[in-house]
Amino acid sequence: MLILHCPYCGVDAEESELAPGGEAHLKRFGPGSSDEDFEAYMFARKNPKGVHFERWRHAYGCGKWFLAARCTATLEVFGTYKAQNPRPHPDIVAAVKAKRPGWEGWK
Amino acid sequence: MSLRLTKGGRLIDRSKPLGFRFNGQPMHGFAGDTLASALLGAGQAMVGRSFKYHRPRGIVASGVEEPNALLGLGTGARFEPDQRATTTELFEGATTTSQNHWPSLKFDVGAINDKLYRLFPAGFYYKTFMFPRFAWKHVFEPIVRQSAGLGEVPKDADVDRYEQAYGYCDVLVAGGGVAGLAAALEAGRKGQRVIVLEQTPHWGGRAMVDGGQIDGHDAADWVAAALAELKAMANVSLRNRTMVSGVFDHGYVIGYQRVGDAEPGSDKPRHRLWRIRAGQIVVASGAIERPISFAGNDLPGVMLAGAVRDYIMNWAVAPGQRLVVVTNNDDAYRTALAALDAGLEVAGVVDAREAASGPLIDAVKARGVRVYEGHGIAKVKGRAEVTGVELCRQAGEGTVVMELACDAVAMSGGWSPAVHLWSHCGGKLFWDEAAVMFRPDHARPPTGADGEAMARIVGAADGKLRLCEIMEEFGLGAVADEESAIEPVWLMPARAPDALRFKAFLDYQNDVKVSDVQLAAREGYESVEHTKRYTTLGMATDQGKLSNINGLAILSDALGRPIPATGTTTFRPPYTPISFGAITGEARGELFQPLRRTPIQGWHAARGAHWEPVGQWRRPYCYPRSGEAHGDAVKREILTTREKVGMLDASTLGKIVVKGPDAGRFLDMLYTNLMSTLPVGKCRYGLMCNENGFLMDDGVVVRLSEDSWLCHTTSGGADRIHGWMEDWLQCEWWDWKVYTANLTEQFAQVAVVGPKARAVLEKLGGMDVSKEALPFMTYVEGELGGFRARVFRISFSGELSYEIAVPTSEGLAFWEAVAEAGAEFGITPYGTEALHVMRAEKGFIMIGDETDGTVIPQDLGLGWAISKKKEDYLGKRAQQRSYMTDPDRWKLVGLETLDGSVLPDGVYAVDAGHNANGQRNVQGRVTSTYFSPTLGKGIAMGLVRRGPDRMGEVLDFPGDNGAIHKARIVDPCFYDKEGEKANV
Amino acid sequence: MSEAVSALGGKSVKGFADVAEAGLVGMVTIRADLGTKALAKALKALGLPVPGQRRIESAEGRQIAWMSPDELLLICAYAEAPALVAQLSEALAKEHALVVDVSDARALFRVNGTKADQVLTKLCPVDFALLPDGEIRRTRAAQVAVALWRSDEAEISLICFRSVAGYVFDLLEVSARKGGELS
Repeated sequence: MLILHCPYCGVDAEESELAPGGEAHLKRFGPGSSDEDFEAYMFARKNPKGVHFERWRHAYGCGKWFLAARCTATLEVFGTYKAQNPRPHPDIVAAVKAKRPGWEGWK
Repeated sequence: MSLRLTKGGRLIDRSKPLGFRFNGQPMHGFAGDTLASALLGAGQAMVGRSFKYHRPRGIVASGVEEPNALLGLGTGARFEPDQRATTTELFEGATTTSQNHWPSLKFDVGAINDKLYRLFPAGFYYKTFMFPRFAWKHVFEPIVRQSAGLGEVPKDADVDRYEQAYGYCDVLVAGGGVAGLAAALEAGRKGQRVIVLEQTPHWGGRAMVDGGQIDGHDAADWVAAALAELKAMANVSLRNRTMVSGVFDHGYVIGYQRVGDAEPGSDKPRHRLWRIRAGQIVVASGAIERPISFAGNDLPGVMLAGAVRDYIMNWAVAPGQRLVVVTNNDDAYRTALAALDAGLEVAGVVDAREAASGPLIDAVKARGVRVYEGHGIAKVKGRAEVTGVELCRQAGEGTVVMELACDAVAMSGGWSPAVHLWSHCGGKLFWDEAAVMFRPDHARPPTGADGEAMARIVGAADGKLRLCEIMEEFGLGAVADEESAIEPVWLMPARAPDALRFKAFLDYQNDVKVSDVQLAAREGYESVEHTKRYTTLGMATDQGKLSNINGLAILSDALGRPIPATGTTTFRPPYTPISFGAITGEARGELFQPLRRTPIQGWHAARGAHWEPVGQWRRPYCYPRSGEAHGDAVKREILTTREKVGMLDASTLGKIVVKGPDAGRFLDMLYTNLMSTLPVGKCRYGLMCNENGFLMDDGVVVRLSEDSWLCHTTSGGADRIHGWMEDWLQCEWWDWKVYTANLTEQFAQVAVVGPKARAVLEKLGGMDVSKEALPFMTYVEGELGGFRARVFRISFSGELSYEIAVPTSEGLAFWEAVAEAGAEFGITPYGTEALHVMRAEKGFIMIGDETDGTVIPQDLGLGWAISKKKEDYLGKRAQQRSYMTDPDRWKLVGLETLDGSVLPDGVYAVDAGHNANGQRNVQGRVTSTYFSPTLGKGIAMGLVRRGPDRMGEVLDFPGDNGAIHKARIVDPCFYDKEGEKANV
Repeated sequence: MSEAVSALGGKSVKGFADVAEAGLVGMVTIRADLGTKALAKALKALGLPVPGQRRIESAEGRQIAWMSPDELLLICAYAEAPALVAQLSEALAKEHALVVDVSDARALFRVNGTKADQVLTKLCPVDFALLPDGEIRRTRAAQVAVALWRSDEAEISLICFRSVAGYVFDLLEVSARKGGELS
């Protein structure tokens, strides 16, 4: 069972206080978008064995959504950051690169 | 024959005798006994029969690894099967029963299986029950079910209390032996928060029995001093009777505390599950002794050598009076010495090694005991207990060279580190050829949230079997006897023929023999995981604590490859079985899940409401009067409401306030229709879709002020929809200025419905609720009958209807005031079923009935509620996909049976032809179906392919027992199509 | 108003710690940018500061608690809540803010006794040894959301949603039952 640091209220919350929200940094495609773009937004999800960026809500705590970078294989957490970042925070990217030199990047 | 010795026993208190029963037989033991030591002390060697062959079985071990001594314990509501006698503390009045036999332990019909062992090899079930096919259901399964299972299922509800607790520490030490205590001292002295968990009631582990010196003191004295120091530290907590059951991600550790097990009926909880977060986990879980495989190694009286000396020294119990020790290592000689010290006879030590020497061996020889080097046991003699052993050369095929009379055999195949907790969360092992064991690989530990090692493993669990090795890690000097090298012995004798291998047991509990594993290898099961499942080796409740290493060594040998190439099976929590009670904790009975109550709940209950669960709410389904059937109550409630007036507790309805400069824009994105244009004081019905286009919630939206709206959601949906709003506001449109608040529980809401509704409100008084002052789909705020109230003119029934929200704290008082005011008009409370029927009569959809996560608003004839003007709303893009605009989609229609009967719920309308699976093609299904008391006939709604274009067509709906229900496609609105009744 | 009742009407039970529902209590949710001067001024008028992250501050029988980066909870007497809502709404009229009365949507419990921590330790994934005075912790008690803080020496206060007050009371009662002390 994971522990993730909530960047809003500062609590190290265990998983039972959190609700998962799937892949982070999706770009929304609405009316007027191509079928391909909409499909990618709506259905295509990464499922890496390795570094993954994902959404979590501190559901039983402050109620805020935040983002986490986590290794799906080892469950190592590289950091959490606020949901208003359109792309992984540079500090997080640096933390991942330091631990996973061969990492191909988040996109 | 086992017996209680007259002297010794460091754990028992002879001044406190305790009476107990075994299979009805009164026996007695002492305070400090386990059930196992008490049974042995009372001379009871045979404690059960084995699972498959029903062979007589006795106690093998003294701890968690015991495979045989599983007993039924307690009676009635405190009965529990499969209690491990070696880890259950004796208490006064304990009632125990043995398992797996009929009619009695001594005479058991199932024992015939043992004579037929050649018919029951590994994979017997897979091979036998395949053909003929019909036989499984009618012949094999009933027989297998009859004989399957271990122990009896309790019949009464458990009366005991169980609980959970959270714990936090820097260092969690799993195991209170000398290594664990040393690690705890190290961390405790540094000021770290330490929790030490020990599964037994006692501290010090094996050192208390095996002795030696630590830091210049006798081991027992060092343990006492260490405990005293730890107890004095405020940052250290010591918990005995608490087993570490599992180690999980991010330092999560589950501890299983047996709080009141030995005090049934006390005010203590029986078990407590600890959910601990540890910065670091120290695994100090010791080692488990291995049996040796020889013919008859399962007879009562054959025990692990370590267990034999545990029984002698801890509980003053002699497993026999004349022992044979059989071993491949020096440690077992300690058992011979312990037996001699206790005044027992040792008939000989059978050592498989050709030559071994050392102080322990010399000491045994010096006491006049003969050591048979290079020998093994060909066979143990005896039927239900040991009478002797036949010796042979270990290197040979079992030719008997001599016989030793004895009544107990102490065996040791060496010790395996208990690496379970290290392995649960990914710690790896390596095979140490010289030490003949799998050891933890310190270079590949389990890792935590930071990617670094989260566990350290010490002591015997780390493969350090000698005291001086163990204590060196902690900078403590220790003295222990020198020992010569162990030699691997997986089968005795090495080239044992079939006849011997058929009776050489690996897994006692599941009755797996050496021959079974060899058969599996011959049949192609090369993976240890496959062999495990094929033979059931290690799959019993002891999870192979005794059998796994021996079994995989036999498998490796059969496959002709080294042991590390075969590898181990996966270690999974729990370490030993834990109670369902502990896992459940407080979540049982009324606390199984939260029950949400409206302020009017008690009133409903007092009126005998029949309940319907709606999310975690429980709403009145109807209010049957005495002797009234539910269906009749629903009918009465509907007719009274339609003809006079009814009242409904609608407090569960979701109520979310949305406020801010961008709130209108936000709601336009959330709902399919326009909410930004709703005038202040007005109400509008709205639909919410997910991004996949599917309808997810509906409700009335109210414009409270220029910049605030009140959104009503479905009863079960308030939290979900509030979360949905926050998700979009926080993550996608986080620069929009909108705040939300979920006020669902701030207000009790009462619907007053029916032609007399206005009269009831006027009687309450204080507010103008006339058609002019409060037209349909508007709201007003003020005082009604002395209550602070918001009154909404909305209708879900087609009748003149008001929904009144008052502060929850005044909800009951308001409800009672309405009931009182309505009495003269014949008001009745009505439940959810009446609500459902009335909305269906009007053709109103219900989320969850007409929708199922695959239905878009366009399917439901709700196009009028979808704005054509808006460029975007959640779900719009998805609704433009070709599949969603397909004219062949199933769409909402009304359905009317030709004979006025009620259609069964959920039935399908069949079409011509069959699909690829040979099933009838379908063209629609029933989504809601009721008897309408208003219309006096059955009504239904359904989704039908191109339904609205097919008015008047008759469809076939096959029901149960070959019945075909014929129903005509009609308009879904069955009642007051013009809507005149609501708008008066 | 005289007919207003709290969720459990002040129900209480004694165990190794004592559990009581606190009766009617006023509560006001304020959602706003916590950094605005108008908010500080509005609270100052009540003698209260804008609390820092996870802090709960008291003055003149009222408390103000930090619930999230844009949400505060004002705890006051039940009767004064509507007036305080009006007063704060007025003070924040020019800001983007939401002030609502939630007095009737909540239940407040007090767990009292030197072993009060242990009652909650069985229900909440919170390290109580590290929970300081003056901190409000939003978490979970068994299966429902709660907020709790040390309201006095040997007393923990706990707020939950009103509809689950019965569930929370039963949880606290069974956790506080004698014989269940965590030694």
